[in-house]
Amino acid sequence: MVFLTGDLGFNALEPLKEAMGERFINAGVAEQNMITVAAALAAQDLEVWIYSIAPFMYARPFEQIRNDICFHHLPVKLIGNGGGYGYGVMGPTHHAIDDYGALLTLPDMAAFVPTFDEDVEAVVEMAGLGDGPAYLRMGRGEPPPGWHVPSFRPWRELTTGGGPTVIGVGPVAGTYIGCFDAMPAELRPNLWVVGALPVEQNPIPEKLLATLDSHPRLVVVEEHVRQGSFASELLLSLSERGCPPKRFSHLCARAHNYGRYGSQKFLRAQSGLDPTTMLSALATI
Amino acid sequence: MTQVLSPTLSPVASDGSALQTKTTTSRRPVCANDVRVAQRRLLKMHYESGVGHIGGNLSSLDSMLVVFHDYLREKDQFFLSKGHSAGALYTTLWSLGRLKDHDLESFHRDDTLLAGHPPAAGIPEITFATGSLGHGVSLSAGTALAFQLKRSDARVVCLTSDGEWQEGSTWEGLIFASHHRLNNLTILVDHNGLQGFGSTTDIASMSPLWQRLQGFDVDVHVIDGHDASAIRSALFFPSERLKVVVLRTVKGHGVSFMENEMKWHYLPLTAELYQQAIDEISSP
Repeated sequence: MVFLTGDLGFNALEPLKEAMGERFINAGVAEQNMITVAAALAAQDLEVWIYSIAPFMYARPFEQIRNDICFHHLPVKLIGNGGGYGYGVMGPTHHAIDDYGALLTLPDMAAFVPTFDEDVEAVVEMAGLGDGPAYLRMGRGEPPPGWHVPSFRPWRELTTGGGPTVIGVGPVAGTYIGCFDAMPAELRPNLWVVGALPVEQNPIPEKLLATLDSHPRLVVVEEHVRQGSFASELLLSLSERGCPPKRFSHLCARAHNYGRYGSQKFLRAQSGLDPTTMLSALATI
Repeated sequence: MTQVLSPTLSPVASDGSALQTKTTTSRRPVCANDVRVAQRRLLKMHYESGVGHIGGNLSSLDSMLVVFHDYLREKDQFFLSKGHSAGALYTTLWSLGRLKDHDLESFHRDDTLLAGHPPAAGIPEITFATGSLGHGVSLSAGTALAFQLKRSDARVVCLTSDGEWQEGSTWEGLIFASHHRLNNLTILVDHNGLQGFGSTTDIASMSPLWQRLQGFDVDVHVIDGHDASAIRSALFFPSERLKVVVLRTVKGHGVSFMENEMKWHYLPLTAELYQQAIDEISSP
């Protein structure tokens, strides 16, 4: 195994560096080179993991990911920390709200979006077992205090009730658990979270399909722009099955730059991804 | 009729030892006649397929012939970063017997393996699709690093264009390869001085490029890129660090009306010009 970092990981990767010795490589501030070097290492049958913050992982070196990794089906694993608005007040250059949409246009690419901190180990194992390239969009898990985190699976049901269905991508889904649990059971949404993409590689569970069939009101929420969104692929998949939702609402990242800066929570609210906006969407769908 | 380079003598390293090259039979070093045979086959392929990019193929053909015939062994790797010289690479593989005439006859046609730029799969000697400039140095650096990590003595050669050094990623690759002291890697620069829409000095001058390269922790050689003996000497020159060999070449080398003419980056050959080119190359 070889681990490369794009000069990031202070106060986090030191133990890994110590453990891996010469196979821990700080490739410097040169993401294009890092990606291509990783592809070449993988072509020589080395297991290769790369780390950077999410916005630097896919945007600058997109051509290198496409040409050198994906065109050759090389199993390089890309770890991008701080997906979505994770780097908040650092500004729009540090946001990654178009990451998995862009990357999933590439051949054989898989994307993982762990929802809770407890998911990381399983996601790393699952991504490592795959024989193709993978992108891991890392973020901060936000379950309510004391809430039991179910084991990672590509699709998980987090709350159940008689209300509409909500499907979230990654950590943002966890921010709704508290307010959903406080709702009467007959109104409470069925909250699902998806942590592995694309949908065609991670089929929609039969239970979810049955719920959508009997209660065809659906809200999809994701910290990602509308273009190239999970919602787009989900609706295509449901339409091809002949069961598109009768009522649908999409909450997504609305802008790279709002002119005023703030935390991830602030930016989620600006985009209408906060629990208050979610409850409004549920009331009107 | 298929013409191959004469397999008579073994290539010899600078230390006098015989080498096992990409060829499966012992061969003598590449000579001027071998280059002419390959030039003619290259022109025939491009003429029959109506494909341009001839100028940069002729400037780099000599070096590819020497690299493959005289330097590389089975375990070694070559990267054609200037993928638009795929024709010279295919012709070199033909001269080794790795591609056949019928392969070259499919060049640039429907259902071919021989695309206008090196393909992603299907030819063992080509491990990565290239064609977008600025990838080869990093590909070769990663491969050289992998060989070192695996304690292999395999070596890597990468051929870049000169215009390609305007790509920032090429410098990223050089910095990485230099820092890691990849002495199993040799980077060749086909320094023909012409790029897509002008001369390298007119468009984004770094002239002389080799002085820029000498600013790094690398061994830089500047040689005649059409002198097979000089290319061999540079390849085998012992080095404890990354080696960069600047090949001073002529775009369209060997064909008088193509030499140093930018338009031959693009133009295909007419029947008359093809015959003129063949006649020129046939005369030693």
